[in-house]
Amino acid sequence: MTSQAPKESWNSRLGIILAVAGSAVGLGNFLRFPGLAAQYGGGAFMIAYLVALCLIGLPICWAEWAIGRAGGQRGFNSCPGILGIITGKRKFRYLGVIGVIIPVVIYMYYVYIEAWCLGYALNFASGNMKFDTVDKATNFWMTFIGIAEDGAAVGFGWQQVGGFLLFVFALNFFLIYRGISKGIELFCRYAMPTLLVLAVIILIRVLTLGTPDYTHPGRSVSNGLGYMWNPTKMVLFEKTAEPSAGKETWTALPDGEVVGKTMIAAAKAKAADDPNLELRSLNMFNQLSNPQLWLAAAGQIFFSLSVGFGVIITYSSYLKKNDDVVLSGLAATSTNELCEVGLGGLITLPAGVAFLGVAGVAGMGTFDLGFRVLPMIFSEMWGGQFFGFAFFFLLFLAAVTSSLSMLQPGIAFLEEAMKINRKQSVAILGFVTAMGCAFVVYFSKDVKALDTIDFWINNLFMVTLALVEIIIFGWIIGTDEGFKLAHRGAAIRIPNFFKFVMKYVSPAFLIIIFGSWFYSQVLGFSFTDEGRNYSSYIVDLFIEPNKTAWYSVGLITLTAGFLLLLTAGGAFSKQSKPKKEEQ
Amino acid sequence: MTIGGLIIMVLSIGSVVTLFSWCIWKVLTTEGEEEKVHGFDIDTPDK
Repeated sequence: MTSQAPKESWNSRLGIILAVAGSAVGLGNFLRFPGLAAQYGGGAFMIAYLVALCLIGLPICWAEWAIGRAGGQRGFNSCPGILGIITGKRKFRYLGVIGVIIPVVIYMYYVYIEAWCLGYALNFASGNMKFDTVDKATNFWMTFIGIAEDGAAVGFGWQQVGGFLLFVFALNFFLIYRGISKGIELFCRYAMPTLLVLAVIILIRVLTLGTPDYTHPGRSVSNGLGYMWNPTKMVLFEKTAEPSAGKETWTALPDGEVVGKTMIAAAKAKAADDPNLELRSLNMFNQLSNPQLWLAAAGQIFFSLSVGFGVIITYSSYLKKNDDVVLSGLAATSTNELCEVGLGGLITLPAGVAFLGVAGVAGMGTFDLGFRVLPMIFSEMWGGQFFGFAFFFLLFLAAVTSSLSMLQPGIAFLEEAMKINRKQSVAILGFVTAMGCAFVVYFSKDVKALDTIDFWINNLFMVTLALVEIIIFGWIIGTDEGFKLAHRGAAIRIPNFFKFVMKYVSPAFLIIIFGSWFYSQVLGFSFTDEGRNYSSYIVDLFIEPNKTAWYSVGLITLTAGFLLLLTAGGAFSKQSKPKKEEQ
Repeated sequence: MTIGGLIIMVLSIGSVVTLFSWCIWKVLTTEGEEEKVHGFDIDTPDK
C-alpha cells in the first residue's frame, strides 16, 4: 500500500480521543439513555446494552478507525474517497456518500437544538427561568422554539432562539475553519474536561437532594435510582377486555410502575379494591424476552457511539500510519460510556423522580425530559439558577463537540470533490447547511421538520452505512488483513474472537436491527400484538400527507442528490494517485 | 431502591469507570506517544 501524508493531522493521541468522544457524547447520553434504561428495567436493559456494545458498538468502531486511517494514508479524508480507495471499487464511493449525507443533514437540525441548550443556559444564568409547574416550563419551551406555528421560532429576543442560533452557527464555522488541530482538537481538549467536571458537580447536587418534599415520601432520589436501576419492576396492569369477549387482556398502565415501599403498598391496596387492576412483578428474564428491549438497547449503543455516522472514519483519516487506533477507539468509547452510564444514569431520572415522582417522568422522550421537566426541577431546587445553568451549559458543550464533528466530513468531501481549499469548502458548506437550518427553523410547528429528518436519517442511513463498513472490513478487506491494518502501531490488541464477531455477528445483528425497524416502524407490524399500527412518520407521508414532512424528505433527497452529483462528476473522481510519500 | 438495583448500579458504573480509567492510564503511559505529537503549525491548508 502506498502511503501519503494527509495535509492536516491531529496534535496528539489524547486530542483525537477527546474529539471522537466529544462527537459521541451528546444529549442522548444525559436524556435518552436514562429514559430507555428505566422504561425497560435497569438490569435487563444493561445486559442487552453490554451485549450490543460488544457485538456492534466496538466492532464497527474499530473497523471505522482502521479503514479511516488506511484511507487517509492513501490521500483521502472523506468517506466516499476512503471507501472507494480501500475497496478499489468505484461504486463504493456512492455508498460512501451516505457518510457525508448523514452528518451534513443532521447538522442542519442539531445546531438548532444546540441553540436551545445555550439559550436555556444563559436564561438560567440571568435568572429568567423560574417555573413552579411543568406546564409553565412547557409554555416557555413552546414559545422559545416556536412550536405553535411555522415561522414562530424566527425571533431574536432573549427568550427566542434566533440570536442563540446565529451565535452557535458562527461558532461552529469559526472553529471548523481553524482546522483539525487548532479548531476541533483545541476546543475538545477544553470542552470535554469542562463537561465532565460540570456533570460531576451536578451529580453531587442531585444525589444529595434526598426527599425534597416530605408530604410526598415516594418522591425521593432513592426511588429515582430504583426506578432507573431496579432489575425487577412492579407494574400495575389493567384488564382491557371482558372474559365474555374472548380471552382476558391485561395491559400495563402507562404510569403504572411503582417504586419503593410506600408506592407499592398503595398500589397493592388499589389493586385489591379494583378487580380490573393487578400489581405484577416483572423480573429480568420477563423483560429480556421482549424483543423491543433488545432493539432499544442496540439502537442506543449505535446512535450513542456515533458509529455509522461518517465521523470516525473521517477523523481517523487524519492519523499517521503508525498511530494507534485500537486503544484510541476503546478510550473514546469508554469516555462515552462513562458519560452515559456513569453520569447520565445518575443525574436525570433521580432528579426528576425526586420532584415529580415516577408518574411525572415515566415515558418522557428526550425533549420532554430535557426541556420541559428538568427546567422546572432546577428552578425548584436550592441553587437552581447555578445548577440549571451548569446542566444546560454541559449539554451545550456536548452539542458543540458533536456538531463540529458533523462538519468535518462535509469539508473533507468538498475539498476532495471540488479541488478547493478549506476557506472555499467552509463557505459552500456554510451556505448549504444554513439553507437547511433555515428550513428546519421556519417549519417549527410541532418540530415536524426536525422530527421527520431525524427519523429517516438515523434509522435508514446510519444502519446502512454501518453495514457497508463492517462488510468492507469483514468480507472485502477480510478480517485477517483488517486486523493487520488495525494492529499497525496499536498499543493493545483486539481479542481474536472479534474476527468471528466482525465477519458474521455484527452484520447479522445490523440486518436484524434494520429489518425490525422496517417491520415495525415502516410496515407498522407489532412484535407483541396482532394488526398493524403505522408510525406517525408513515402516516405523515402516505396516509394523511403532511406538507412539512414531505418537504423534509425532499430536503434530504436534495442534499443527497447534490452530494451524489459531486461524487459522480467532480474532480474528486479523478483523484486517485497519491501525491507524496510519507516519511 | 432494592438490593438488586444497587448491585446492578454499582456493577454498571464500576465497570465503565474502571474501563475509562484504565484506557486513559494506558493512553498516557504508552511509550512513543511523544513521537506522535504533531506540531500545531500543520494546520489550515489555506496558508
